[in-house]
Amino acid sequence: MSTALSRPHVASTSSKLTLVLGVASLLGLAVLLVFSFVLTDPDQRVFERGADLEPLLTGQGDAVRLLYVHFPVAMVTYIAFTLNAIGSIAVLWKKSTWWDNTAAAAAEVGVLFCGLTLATGSIWGRPIWNTWWKWGDVRLMTTTILFLIFIGYLAYRRTMSDSRVRAKRSAVVGLIGAINIPIVYKSVDWWQNRTLHQQSTLRNRSVEDLTLFTMIFGMVVFMAIFAWLMVHRFRIGWLEHQTETVGLEAAIIERRAQTSAAISDAVTDSRSSAETGSD
Amino acid sequence: MDYLGYLISGWGVVLVAVAVYAFSLLRRGRALTARVPADRRRWMTTDD
Amino acid sequence: MREIWALARKDLRIEARSKVVATQIVPFAMVILVLFGLALDADSRTLRDLAPGLFWVATLFASVLAIQRSIAVETISSTFEALRLSGAPAWKLFAGKALAVAIQLLAIEAVLGLGIVVLYRSSFQDPVLIVTAAVAATIAIASAGSLYGVLAVGMGVRDTILPMLLLPIMMPVLVAATRAFGDGLGTAALNGWTWTGLLGLLAVVYATAGALAYAVVIEDT
Repeated sequence: MSTALSRPHVASTSSKLTLVLGVASLLGLAVLLVFSFVLTDPDQRVFERGADLEPLLTGQGDAVRLLYVHFPVAMVTYIAFTLNAIGSIAVLWKKSTWWDNTAAAAAEVGVLFCGLTLATGSIWGRPIWNTWWKWGDVRLMTTTILFLIFIGYLAYRRTMSDSRVRAKRSAVVGLIGAINIPIVYKSVDWWQNRTLHQQSTLRNRSVEDLTLFTMIFGMVVFMAIFAWLMVHRFRIGWLEHQTETVGLEAAIIERRAQTSAAISDAVTDSRSSAETGSD
Repeated sequence: MDYLGYLISGWGVVLVAVAVYAFSLLRRGRALTARVPADRRRWMTTDD
Repeated sequence: MREIWALARKDLRIEARSKVVATQIVPFAMVILVLFGLALDADSRTLRDLAPGLFWVATLFASVLAIQRSIAVETISSTFEALRLSGAPAWKLFAGKALAVAIQLLAIEAVLGLGIVVLYRSSFQDPVLIVTAAVAATIAIASAGSLYGVLAVGMGVRDTILPMLLLPIMMPVLVAATRAFGDGLGTAALNGWTWTGLLGLLAVVYATAGALAYAVVIEDT
């Protein structure tokens, strides 16, 4: 208690953990920008004609620098929604408030990153695919539907005030959303049976070491950013839960005081009536 | 550098959106913290 | 099985008396077909090519209304409480509700099918495929819809949240049903039975998910 009060800074959801994460994120971001824009070379690979499904015969040039942000953001999106699914299972299994809070936080951060995945992908697609949007690209379609499903999930959470009911029902909605992802992926895959997306760029040897390093480093940096956002968002959810219960407890205490007053009144009443009755 | 406009808008939208969201989280956190008694804020009472 | 059918028949009887689906939702679906025809300002050939997609979009929009109606029937007279107290297991309640919705949706689809023949000049070149695909898709829509319908109960805002919950989830159904109809109506050269197989899989997935989740959801409607 005293340590809490002696803290000099304004009361907030920050702590040493978030401070470390925040500083690491900012430093990492600065380094990532240097790697993405200065140290790495533009993509000058030359493809064999027809060796790849990509519409390019030469590399992407400087547009590859967009992938250094697009790829980490997309990875964080999938991690966030996976976390939401894990949280949903835990809620249904153990009725855990902690996991419900985690699921809510992951969905909110996930929707933000999902939107950014779509935005950066679209901005990358304009010069490279020559279009902002490609109906029939498997990952683009799946991500779009994922985005819509979880916008619905967040809207749904807002419609309920009873935290216990909200936890359970949101978990069902979140899980069904998660079940849908492989189905959507498969059905869009069949739908067009082709994709313009990078064909497993990380696996084939054509990616240079520094490019690969920048991608992975970018993932680490955005994981740190994600962690920072998650911790703050989790604490906000936790505080909201506290304000609800504080309000509830205050109401209960007030009610109890009223009841005991009423009881003592009743007791004195009955006593006086008993006294009068005995008369 | 080619595609400079795309590069700036792509990176820009991510950095701006994340920054705006981060600050909104901090603001929401401050406002809520003020309404919750200190003994119910775990991360502030522990000596981390 | 008898309990499920009894539950479904209860809803169908209410519909027979109130005629909400017949006088409101079926005409609404037809209005959508006419709107598409006017909005696209297309020649009959284009409309015929688009008919599978337009048919299923109209069906999905109409299904949102049908599901809202199916839930409203319960909340108006708060029969969920009574159903719960009847002691029937939750999955049977789910199956009964979903069955009633599915039957009503099939009726809507039959009228829409007539609509695309008349308005868009579609021709049913493979009726067996079309009917099979429609039944599978309808089970998928009715199952997912009945679960989401009950998830949206008791919150005042249910009329606005249901489409946003249901329609994004229904996109694989839309894709598969449109493809299957494309083959059945002869507008697309592809194997409609593969897509019907996917529709069958979706029907199983949503029916199972609904049957399992109903117990969790219904205990505090």
